[in-house]
This record gives sequence, C-alpha cells and structure tokens, in this order.
Amino acid sequence: SSGGVSAHVCRGSTARAAPASMSVLAPWIPVVGLEIHAQISSNSKLFSGSQVQFAAPPNSLVSFFDASLPGTLPVLNRRCVEAAVMTGLALNCSINKKSLFDRKHYFYADLPAGYQITQQRVPIAVNGSLSYSLCIDNKMSQMVTKTVRIKQIQLEQDSGKSLHDDTRSQTLVDLNRAGVGLMEVVMEPDMCCGEEAAAAVRELQLILQTLGSSQAVMAEGQLRVDANVSVHHPGEPYGVRTEVKNINSIRFLAKAVDYEIQRQIEELENGGTILNETRAFDSKLGCTVPMRDKEGKQDYRFMPEPNLPPLILYDAKSLPANMNHQQVINIDWIHERLPDLPSVKREKLVEQYGILPEHSFTLLNEDGLAEFFESVVKQTQMKPKKVIGWILNDLLSYLKQHSLTVKESPVSSSLLADLLNLLEKKEISSTAAKRVLAELWKGEGKTPLEIVKEQKLELLQDQKELEQICQAVMAIKTGNRKVLNKLIGLVQRKTQGRSNPVLVKQLLEKKLSE
Amino acid sequence: MLRASLRQVSAALKEGRVTPTELCQRCLALIKSTKFLNAYITVAEETALKQAEESEERYKRGQPLGILDGIPIAVKDNFNTAGIETTCASNMLKGYISPYNATVVQKLLDQGAVLLGKTNLDEFAMGSGSTDGVFGPVRNPWSYSKQYKEKSVPKSHSEDEESNWVITGGSSGGSAAAVSSFTCFAALGSDTGGSTRNPAAHCGVVGLKPTYGLISRHGLIPLVNSMDVPGILTRCVDDAAVLLGSLAGHDPKDSTTIQDDFKPFELPNLTDVSKLSIGIPKEYHVPGLSSEILALWSKAAELFKNAGAKVVEVSLPHTRYSIVCYHVLCTAEVASNMARFDGLEYGHRSDMKDSTESMYAATRREGFNDVVRGRILSGNYFLLKQNYEKYFVKAQKVRRLIANDFVKVFRSGVDILLTPTTLSDAAPYTQFIQEDNRTRSAQDDILTQAANMAGLPAINVPTALSERGLPVGLQFIGRSFQEKQLLTVAKWFEKQVQFPVIQLEEVKRHDSGVFQHQKSASFS
Repeated sequence: SSGGVSAHVCRGSTARAAPASMSVLAPWIPVVGLEIHAQISSNSKLFSGSQVQFAAPPNSLVSFFDASLPGTLPVLNRRCVEAAVMTGLALNCSINKKSLFDRKHYFYADLPAGYQITQQRVPIAVNGSLSYSLCIDNKMSQMVTKTVRIKQIQLEQDSGKSLHDDTRSQTLVDLNRAGVGLMEVVMEPDMCCGEEAAAAVRELQLILQTLGSSQAVMAEGQLRVDANVSVHHPGEPYGVRTEVKNINSIRFLAKAVDYEIQRQIEELENGGTILNETRAFDSKLGCTVPMRDKEGKQDYRFMPEPNLPPLILYDAKSLPANMNHQQVINIDWIHERLPDLPSVKREKLVEQYGILPEHSFTLLNEDGLAEFFESVVKQTQMKPKKVIGWILNDLLSYLKQHSLTVKESPVSSSLLADLLNLLEKKEISSTAAKRVLAELWKGEGKTPLEIVKEQKLELLQDQKELEQICQAVMAIKTGNRKVLNKLIGLVQRKTQGRSNPVLVKQLLEKKLSE
Repeated sequence: MLRASLRQVSAALKEGRVTPTELCQRCLALIKSTKFLNAYITVAEETALKQAEESEERYKRGQPLGILDGIPIAVKDNFNTAGIETTCASNMLKGYISPYNATVVQKLLDQGAVLLGKTNLDEFAMGSGSTDGVFGPVRNPWSYSKQYKEKSVPKSHSEDEESNWVITGGSSGGSAAAVSSFTCFAALGSDTGGSTRNPAAHCGVVGLKPTYGLISRHGLIPLVNSMDVPGILTRCVDDAAVLLGSLAGHDPKDSTTIQDDFKPFELPNLTDVSKLSIGIPKEYHVPGLSSEILALWSKAAELFKNAGAKVVEVSLPHTRYSIVCYHVLCTAEVASNMARFDGLEYGHRSDMKDSTESMYAATRREGFNDVVRGRILSGNYFLLKQNYEKYFVKAQKVRRLIANDFVKVFRSGVDILLTPTTLSDAAPYTQFIQEDNRTRSAQDDILTQAANMAGLPAINVPTALSERGLPVGLQFIGRSFQEKQLLTVAKWFEKQVQFPVIQLEEVKRHDSGVFQHQKSASFS
C-alpha cells in the first residue's frame, strides 16, 4: 500500500518543514494513516440489552454480560450490524457476506472479560474509499478533492472507563461504556498532513451523522481518532511510524499530526531516530509526548469467539426464500434506503440553487444549516444565490459568535424568509434589513414587519413625497434657500417632531453645500 | 420410592401416594446420610423445601406444571443458580452467589422441579475423576455397594474402605454419584470431553451428552465453549428423554442454540432392530482398553447382530489425533475463558495491593489450582502470535477432519456407533491419584471426546458389572440432532442388558419410609 503517496503531498508542509540550510536534501514525505473508532448510535449495546447513554450515573447501565459474570454469553445486536453495513456501503466498501468475531486478550481494569470481542480476521466491510475536499492555503475558493482508501470496518466492543485516583492509590471503574458497539474504521496511509487528516475525518463524521450510524461527537468520545504518522524521502520505504492518541477534536487532529510530522523531520535531520511508540497529544502544550508504555509489546493472543456463529449477511440474490425476515439482514435492502450522502447533497445544492461549491461545503458543515437554507429559499422570492449570502455571512457568523447551533438560532427560517421578502420587494433597504435582523436576534417574538414599522425603516415609496424632497434639493442647489424650511418639515415628519430644528437646519445646510 | 424412575415417581405424586414435601425430605435425609460421598457442595435445604411446598400446593389444586413438578433434582456446581452458591469447586468462586439462573436451571424450576443442591466436580470441570476440586474428591457410591464389597478383597481390614473406595469419574462425578445413590431423580452435568458420560459409566447411570446447540449453555460456566454441552444424568434412558424434552430448544441468550423449537418425544419400545445399522469404529479398540470391557463391547455387538441388526466395522481414521487436538483447543479456550477471573468484579480477590497487576497475579495464583493454572499457561502459549498457526489453526483443521470422519460413516448408512465409554471400571482413589490430572484426562477422555469435537449426541448406557462388582457402560453415538433415534436404540439395549440395581444399605434404610438419620456411614 505505497501507491500514490507522492501525489498526495501537501503543498507547503514540506517547505515549512525543512529548514533553509537543509534545502539541498531531498524533501520529506509525511505519511498519515488513521484509525477511527465510531460509537454506534443504538439503544442497546453490541452484545447485551443494556442501554447506551452518555453521562449516565456510573455503573447504572451494566448487564450481567457487560460485567462478564461467569456463564453469560454475547447476543449480537442487529441494529449495530445494520449501522456497520450502512457505513460500509456509504464508504464504498465491499460488505463481507460472512464475517467473524474474535477475542483480543489483555488485562485491564475496565475490560472485565479480559478480552475484547472484535473482528480481527474477517471484518464486516473491506476495501472502501472516502473522498474529501479541503481548501488550499486557507482559501475557500481553491478547493481540491482527495481520496483516502478505507482498509476495513470492523465491529467491536467498547471498553469501560478507568479513573485513577493517585492520592488514594485506587482505580475506579465505570462499566457503562463497556460493551457499547464500535465501528473501527481503518484508513490507509494516504494522507500527508494535518489538514488532510482533519478534512477526511470531518467528511467521515458528516457521513456517519447523515446515516445516523453514529452521533460522532468527538467531545463525547463517540468518535475517537488515532493517527499513525511517519516521514520518509521520496523513493525510500516508509519511515518508522508513531501512533498519536488522545486527540479529542478535529482541530487538534490537524495540530497533532502536523506537530508530529514536524517533530519527526527535525528528529531525523538532527541525526536522531524515530521510535515505534505511542504518543499522546497534549492539547494545552500543542505537542505530542511519549505515553508511558507499561507492558511493552502486547501479544493479544487472538482467538475466534466461540460463542458467536459467523455473521452471515444476504443480498437480494442470496436471500433464502423461507427465511424469517426478522432474522436476516439484506444488504441490498439497506443500500436502497441509504440517505443522500454529503457529497451528493452538495452536488444537488450547487445544481439546484446555483450556489458555489465551497458554499455547499459550509452549508453541510453545520448541522441543519443546509435544511435551514432550503427552507428559507422555499419561503422567499429572493434568488438562492442571494439567500446564501445572508445564511453564510449573517446567520452563520452570528451563531458562531454566540456559540449556537442552527437549531438554537433565535431567528427561524420563516422569520428570515419574511425579512428577505421585505428586502426583495424593496420595502426596505439592505441596510435596514441588517438592522431588522439585529433586532430579530433578540428573539422577542416580533416579526420583521413589526420591527420595520416600529423603527420606521420602510423605504420611502411615496412618489409625491420623494418628488417634493427632490425638488427642494434642486431648488436649494439653484440658490433658493427658502425651500430649506420645507426640508426641515419633512425631517420633522420623519422623526415625528422629535428632532431639534436648529440642528436639522445646520445639518441640511452643511449637506447641501457639499 | 427413591429408586423409582422419574415417570414412576411422577405418577405417584399425581396419585397422591407421596407428596413433594415428603419426597424432598427423604432425599435431603439421604443426602445427609450419604454425606461421606461428598457428592454435593451445597445442599439447598431451605429453598428446596419451599419449592416442594409450592409444588404441593399445585398438586392440591390439581394443577401440577408437568411431569417434573415436585421431582427433586441436583445440578452440577458449574451452572449458575440465583441465590445459591456457585463455586465450580474453586477457591476463585467460593462464596460466589450468582444473580441469575442458567437457562437450564430456570427451565427446570419453571416446570416445578425441586432443586436439592449443587454437586461436586473437578475445579472448573477440568478433570476426569472428580478428585481435583477444592472441596475434595467424590466417592463412588458403588464403593459401598453390596456388589463391590462382596467381590473386592481388602488387603487388611483396617484400611478397608479408606483405601478401597473408587472414584466416580468426572468431571460431573457429584451429579453421577447423586443419581446413583438415589439422593435425586435426575441431575445436570456438563460434557466437554466426556464429563457426563465418563462418571455415568463409572457410577452405573445413564449419561446423555446431547448434540451441541440443542440445549442452551447460557449460565453454564464454560470450559470449552465450542464443545461444552449441558449433560443429563438419570436412572434410565426414558428419564433422560424426559429431561431432554424439558431442556432442549432455542434460547435467545445463547446464539449457538438451534433456531427451531424442539419437540419433546416419548421413546417407543423398539421390537425390531433389523433395519438398524450399528457401526463399530475400529479405532476405539485402543491400547489400555481392559479385556473385560472389550469382551462386553463384543457381546453387545453380538446382541444387536443376533437381534437382526446390521453390525459393521467402520473406521474413524482421525480419532487418534483427537487427544492432542483437544488439548490445544481446550487449553486455548480455557486461557481465554479464565481471563475474566481477575478479582475485580466478583469472586476471590487477593489482599495484595501493590499494583493492579500484582493484585491480578496474586488473585489468580490463590484462586486457581495447579490444573487450571497449567491449562491457562499452555493455552496462552498456543495462542501466541508465533504459535497460533502452528498449534491452534492446525488443531482446528484436525478437529474438522475428526468431524468429517463421522459425517462419512453416517453417510455410508450407519445409524448409530457403538463404543466403550471408558477404558476400564472405576479405579480406586489411591491408585487414580498416582498419575497427574493431564495424563489421566488424556487417557480417560479418549473414547468420549471425539463426539464433542464433532458436536454429536452420545449416551452412556450402564451395561454390566465388572469382575470387581463395579459398573461398566457402553456408549452410543448418534447423528446430529437425531436424539430420538439414539435414545430409542439405547432404550432397547438397556432393556436387553438388565443392568443390576445398586445395593446400598443407606438407601434401603431411607426408602423404607423411616426417616431416622444415622450419623455413622458404615455398612454392615
């Protein structure tokens, strides 16, 4: 799996990496592969009936099986299998009609059985690919699309959580998470910088969320990313790789990978060597540090899980006629019901609304934003191309400023549509529209029209009135100072008599003499 | 009454000739006076009497739950029983009370059976003598029978019974001894390499190992998941069929059970065996097979032939690799299955507090005996990355070949295989413990374990008494899920051989209806 690496070299990263004095040397090629654990969104765990829930009281979601009581047996959760099949299909994998479960052994306090049930030999899905796009040099207008190969997706159990209390020298164990279904997605080392890794993971995250196979919230541990990083010179074999763990946001993923690439290059250029080790990303310091490896190299002593028969999946062709449909999983049936994936959604948005491709990315990057946009478009006469500006520049930046999700927006799509309709019908100016929007953010339940009326923001449409003003201006320009009073009168009317006539007069004189 | 078959006693309960409470009390009394057998680890007197009382209520209302209602049974101590200690005869689980019932236990209770207690075994069912549990060895009731005592010549009078008592076989020796000594009407064992059939043969009872997947393993503390089957120990073949009917079928908690429902059956009385083809696998004529048993085996074959059955010699060429293959697969699974006993969630925990790792190590050293630790060590060795292909994968391939041997033989038209169950009759304890557990297990499993490799149903039928007055049994192996055919043939054979009833002083006393406990365990 060494093909095509040079084609993936990130612009900038190699140049940045090599100090000027080293420029005579061949450039370094960084290689990045990812192992991603996505928690399956399901009501119950992979092999037991316990509920799956984030932040429940410790050890409140633990069945006898989860605690590995002697004599308990795993029973495969159909929902988890379907989620993995969906994900596999969405990532262009071949779905194995027969996959197997294995035991991976190691002793750890939060692994009660002493082994994890996983799919080491024959995973449920293999040989897929994921296309993702990223912008070059931070310019939204220069986007490139890349592909990373997906080696496999395997079903496996999550572990519990250990809490080490060093002062009392005890370990507390919470088994709520023990046995929750995971999909391990293994991405081939086809990436070469933090940005690529981040973009690939972001795209995967969107796909998982679209499928509903995982909530994929990194902060809640539903998506965990480990990065394998190495560097080498062109034409040479891959360098020794390190594994970077403890990355809990996409932003940190980019930072961690870039730091690690940089570190390895510097290490090698200073005559050092890279150890095949596991390193943790320290988000505060922005660097990776070696993890304390207590036991050295582990031999996991893999063994087939004897309590689970092979996982057999069917397609329309192989589906046995007399089989109870509750007992079988039909790959074709799932395939037909896959929702539109983000890439397709983006294409459709560009095609249907004539917006720019980069805008379609932004629309999909925020949960619910594309739906919001489409809803606004449906309710206004304004062209989608214009609507997108309001969505991306005004709505989105406001939400970001206030750390709100689209769902939490105080301005609903119909309110925004109402506002844009006023603008489109030329009842207000775009400056006024922004003022109305600012008022709408307060979420006081007023409609745009009410705000316009209240604040007298409507455009002056009365022809007579406008003619009068224009005539007055013309008159003054030609030297007739008497009409100045007329203008003052108009200002007074506009301000409901609350303006200071002397000040208005001074202002008008100044403006007219300009 | 205590010597009656399940069907007979069930009829007596129905007719009110005996009440469930009386029956339970008699069994409990007999358990007490046969305590020296060490068949039970836990006697659940209180709950048993309560269950009997409830059963009695049902009979009074005329609404018994079925044939098992009010029948005292015993369960091997490697099945989980809610509220009653489950120890696996190990320090690791001493005092462990499971919060749930094994599916088979639940099924028995749901049908009104009275659970008398938990029976003794080799630690974690690893053994073939029921001698290697933390609660001490089980003594074969036949050691105290009139038949044995008349034939065995004690070396000196003083060491009489102490040196002459024989083992039950194992690892379900407690269950076999319990059924054999009439302290219960049926018992559950488990069978991984012969652990039900072997002690059944030595104790003169019927021992059925059903087809893998026919009975749920949920709640059975595993030895080798891919071979373990709950076993059934009864007085006669008909009773085994009754138990099978009440236990078999799909269990949503065990993914390896059959999907279809199981239809309980009654066994017909076979009158014509002329359409039967009995296979005699020549590979079972192993070195170490006693001449006595060989003769009995031949006699049995003759019996079938004379009754008109076709008796053919067949070959199962890979049988000879079975022992070594089993050793690899068994220890590998043991290493894995035992990993959960780390002292954290349940069971024994060492006081060692230096680190989590040292606590694990001390816990496991203190909790497991040498046999268990030895198997864990070899199992982990076979599973090491560099050894996996060489040992584990190879053993799996051999296992397939062994299973295919059976498929071929059955495809050739053979209905049932007839083999010995054990190499000889039961050895005296003092002699048995001369050899180590591994050697003994390898020898004793040799005739039984291939059926586990292939997942086939097999049954021990008590056949005759040896020259020493001890039981000897023969084994019938059937086609997958063809228990009815297997048991029908076994029943016919059982009827032909008329195996003698054990003559125990203790039982006579208790079964006369007088409940006077005598502390002394001696027989006149």
